[in-house]
Amino acid sequence: MKPAPFTYHRAESLAEAAEMAATLDNARLLSGGQSLMAMMNLRYVAVDHLIDLNPVAEIAGITIGSGRVTLGAMTRQRTVLEDAALATCCPILREALGFVGHVQTRNRGTVGGSLAHLDPAAELPGMAALLGAEITLTSQDGARRVAMADYPLGYMTPDINEGEILTTLSFDAWPSAHGWDFREFAQRHGDFAMAGVGSLITLDTDGRIDRAAVVLIGVDDGPVRPTDVEAMMIGETPSDALFRAAGALIAERPMAGDALVTEAYRQHLAGVLLRRSLANACVRASESAHA
Amino acid sequence: MPDALPERRITLTVNGKEHSAVTEDRYSLADFLRHGLGLTGTHLGCEHGVCGACTVLVDGEAVRGCLMLAVQAEGRQVTTIEGLAGDDGTLSPLQAAFMDNHGLQCGFCTPGILTTLTAYLRDNPDADEPELREALSGNICRCTGYDTIVRAALAAADAMRKGATA
Repeated sequence: MKPAPFTYHRAESLAEAAEMAATLDNARLLSGGQSLMAMMNLRYVAVDHLIDLNPVAEIAGITIGSGRVTLGAMTRQRTVLEDAALATCCPILREALGFVGHVQTRNRGTVGGSLAHLDPAAELPGMAALLGAEITLTSQDGARRVAMADYPLGYMTPDINEGEILTTLSFDAWPSAHGWDFREFAQRHGDFAMAGVGSLITLDTDGRIDRAAVVLIGVDDGPVRPTDVEAMMIGETPSDALFRAAGALIAERPMAGDALVTEAYRQHLAGVLLRRSLANACVRASESAHA
Repeated sequence: MPDALPERRITLTVNGKEHSAVTEDRYSLADFLRHGLGLTGTHLGCEHGVCGACTVLVDGEAVRGCLMLAVQAEGRQVTTIEGLAGDDGTLSPLQAAFMDNHGLQCGFCTPGILTTLTAYLRDNPDADEPELREALSGNICRCTGYDTIVRAALAAADAMRKGATA
């Protein structure tokens, strides 16, 4: 089982990669290769040219400044998982990244690769949606910014044009006193989630929820931000009844069904995961407010 | 399609020895190790990154040999199953623990498990059973049911903490 023949191109800089992307026919960009190489081995994907972004150091790395976080597209998933500064300002990333594949795939897999592949059950696009992130795409014509909310055009179809290279993901960190939770359900740790939920919560001085963000993964074509659930949390005091009501609301939402996971089972899973996720995020929000 | 398949010469270090060889652009690192260098200890199971049999260490970190191209290993340090024992054939503490604890049956998955655990126990010498089970989640074994593998890994960690070296 070998990929169909192609010519390998090693890009040494972003400018060189952009030139290759603009000029080579039937070319694909190679980042961590943890999805693309598998698809090429299986010959789901056949290319004439493969442009390797791995040597392009200028689009790798984590920058945190003035509450804004920027992840270079070639930052390895393991680097995101283990970064101490990121764990302090965005602890949900560490919790979510622990579910991304396995250590062997996180050693190679990248932030940009996951966003470009856009698997419906992928954790990184889910985090990008939850954090209201912005994606930068760079081509020979310059840079273009896309809000994560607008970025998925359909099933595994990102808003990336011919000749564009995904270069950064950036977002505003939440206030230091916030609660977070990410959890998912899969048949085996590291497998694609049947459903996953991420939550971010802040509480006001009276202990009422004053900001809530929720994301679901693995239930639709792309990550879902259930605005109805987010809205029903605002102004409420955290309680089991509130979390149950949120779980019940999400379980009524139409979701994908497939041969392994029926829509009804996925709805049930999403409801339970959401209830538990919100509860834990509120506990953590309370703890961090009193820390 | 071009008449001749694209290929290039690469130079890399495998198990401490420098190699220079020609590889097709499309060859995976695992295929290159097996067919280009004759190091057939690295096994290919699923060839799409799921089973973990092809795991090798690149610059000390465990990666899927089937999902990295040989041409991407230019200038890198690669360690395969053949490189885990000492020069005189003395098994590493991990290998010895697998032998002592019946940590393998057919052995197909073993090279990937040993390379994975070599890196993991180096970074996490105090790993407990749940952590080891999660570390092994990227390696599929269809014989053992994992219990003897986990037992071997715990025994190896214990031996290394007591000073055993490769």
